[in-house]
Amino acid sequence: MSPKNKFVLFNPLAKNNPITVQMLGVCSALAVTSKLEPSIVMSISVIAVLGLSNVVISLLRNTIPGRIRIIVQLVVVAALVTIVNEVLKAFAYDVSKQLSVFIGLIITNCIVMGRLEAFALGNKPWPAFLDGVGNGLGYGIILVIVGFFRELLGSGTLFGFQVIPDKFYEWGYENNGLMILPPMALIVVACIIWVQRSRDKELQEKN
Amino acid sequence: MNKDSNVYTIIYASVMVVLVALLLAFTSESLRPMQAKNEAVDKMRQILTSVNVESTNANAEELYNQLIVDAFLVNSNGDKVDGNAFDTELVNELRKPVAERSYPVFVANIDGSMKYILSLRGAGLWGPLWGFISLDDDKETIYGASFGHEGETPGLGAEIDKPAFAHEFTGKKIFNAEGQYTSVAVVKPGQVAQGRDYVDGISGGTITSQGVDAMLYSSLEAYEPFLTNE
Repeated sequence: MSPKNKFVLFNPLAKNNPITVQMLGVCSALAVTSKLEPSIVMSISVIAVLGLSNVVISLLRNTIPGRIRIIVQLVVVAALVTIVNEVLKAFAYDVSKQLSVFIGLIITNCIVMGRLEAFALGNKPWPAFLDGVGNGLGYGIILVIVGFFRELLGSGTLFGFQVIPDKFYEWGYENNGLMILPPMALIVVACIIWVQRSRDKELQEKN
Repeated sequence: MNKDSNVYTIIYASVMVVLVALLLAFTSESLRPMQAKNEAVDKMRQILTSVNVESTNANAEELYNQLIVDAFLVNSNGDKVDGNAFDTELVNELRKPVAERSYPVFVANIDGSMKYILSLRGAGLWGPLWGFISLDDDKETIYGASFGHEGETPGLGAEIDKPAFAHEFTGKKIFNAEGQYTSVAVVKPGQVAQGRDYVDGISGGTITSQGVDAMLYSSLEAYEPFLTNE
């Protein structure tokens, strides 16, 4: 893989992370991360939609009429999301029940439209695919981190299995019910941003 | 060809829409049998859960055929009517006038005693609620229950589909000592309901709990003629 493609794939994981740096897709990061499993399925779905829609738009980029370009993107994204939803219903019914409306809401995830506009319209299919997958992974990493802490501290479980020993509860430890509520996802995301910026001087704004 | 001309734009949009429609129709059609199977298995699991039988996706069908000995429809007067109980969705029945509705009843044989499984349908905070509730053969004591929801708040209202909530209902009676229909109340934890059996709702899921309360009342009320018959 050329250095340029490597950059396209891995830069969104940290330096240009869609959630913590570009502040896109925060809404769905709040909604699905109360447990680890839906966070992971959501991440995989977003990676699939982002990768494929970037490729499709990149292939069509020289034919799309400028005036209806957003509509064309929307149709492509909506079609892919519908397919992902149908596939989940056929092969992972339990998880699709859990994620319910949030799969459909990938259509409105700003990361998807953002990458189509910013990258796929001006690049060849292969780099566009890597850009989509990279951004999907960057989104997924944050979802998994947030889902991990929220499920661990909020329910005392991971993937539905209890990990905090009963002894702790006997000693007076309690699950933090607040972690399950959406606002705590925002606070966990903020903590991740805090850690990331304090370690990476380039991301710090000068004022 | 000029990409910005009106003709090009219109043709492009039309071709794209037709292609996407074909693609989606094809996907939907080819996955339909698998989805229908998943939905049927899911429904069987819910019915089995309401008689406190644990099942997996793999053994649900076998257990269902083994334990559910009868399934029939009853009308608003409590009389049996023709039709396929498993394929009858309460949500569609509730759209019809009362006189034309038919309600599904499943009969399970659990260790030799008959349990009547009734279908529930209501509304929660964000979307529909549904469930199944099973009664002992006295047709008033709840044997078990299972609830489902489309999109209640995870960790709060969504907890109604957990066994911990459904198990609270076991042993409650839907008729009071005088034989009047009372349903089972879902109250805020710590509160009591006078003159009727009650269970604790979900803390932080008040609207969903109220939805379950209303769903039980209205759904079971529809079965009242059937339950008091004979």
